[in-house]
Amino acid sequence: MGATAIAILLLRHLLSVAMLSGIYSLLAASVFVMLDAVDVAFTEAAVGAGVSTVLFVATLSLTRSTEKIPVHTPILPIVVVLLTGAVLLYATAGLPAFGDPMAPVHTHVAPRYIDTSPSEIGVPNMVTSVLASYRGYDTLGEVAVIFTAAIAVLALIGRGGRRKDGEP
Amino acid sequence: MKHHRVLRIISKMLIPYIMLFALYVQFHGDFGPGGGFQAGVILASALILYGLIFGIDAAADVMPGWVLIRIIAAGVLIYGGVGVATMMMGGEYLNYSVLAAEQVAGQHLGILVIEFGVGTTVAAAMVGIFFAFAQRGSEDDD
Repeated sequence: MGATAIAILLLRHLLSVAMLSGIYSLLAASVFVMLDAVDVAFTEAAVGAGVSTVLFVATLSLTRSTEKIPVHTPILPIVVVLLTGAVLLYATAGLPAFGDPMAPVHTHVAPRYIDTSPSEIGVPNMVTSVLASYRGYDTLGEVAVIFTAAIAVLALIGRGGRRKDGEP
Repeated sequence: MKHHRVLRIISKMLIPYIMLFALYVQFHGDFGPGGGFQAGVILASALILYGLIFGIDAAADVMPGWVLIRIIAAGVLIYGGVGVATMMMGGEYLNYSVLAAEQVAGQHLGILVIEFGVGTTVAAAMVGIFFAFAQRGSEDDD
């Protein structure tokens, strides 16, 4: 994964970058499978490796396929990136250890879901019961986000159904 | 890519199975991994593959733009409509327990319907975005 990420940074040929980011997504999906997050892996493989790569390539067919050589020196961006990275690394030290059963995320609402989901919802896949029932508002919001994104793209560059209706 | 015979025949063989798999992921999401989001993307990828191989105009004949826009909106309406239905039946918004006589049966029904809404919106949105880009490209060639 690391090699793919570095290659994405270094390459200027954007078609190769699109392909590599697809490979990167597939590798990330296999990491999620190893972490037993099958639903997330599924989404990552379908969206990251599949659809978004196609969308990248479709975008490249509209624009040029090589990245411009930047005219300014990259010193300020490097300083910003290094500072942000240092702050993030510093913050990582304050996180609970990986897999710690006493971490706040495991002691807040998760036990309630795990205890009562089989009797309250009765759906074997607990991810679905949390996503669709306990967190139904959030999922409705996500669907609204996708709806808005699609409408925005169609309004900006799509020609929608206008041609079939006989309008210009 | 119409002249690539291998690609054409292989994708012709694969597309029905991709669609079948999308339906499986859609309606089996309560039991195994998967659900509306994943199923929608898989279904969209079948249509996008068709568009890539057989040309965007052939795909647009299957899924015209005006149909797509209505399907995108229909998914959100199905989802929100379930919430309104639960309110009509005396529960809170999106409290599926009141949809059937038993709580668990109501939850099952509610989850099935809203996942269907999610799937339709996601599939149509992905295909719509792809068409928007691809048709833009073919316009320049004219």
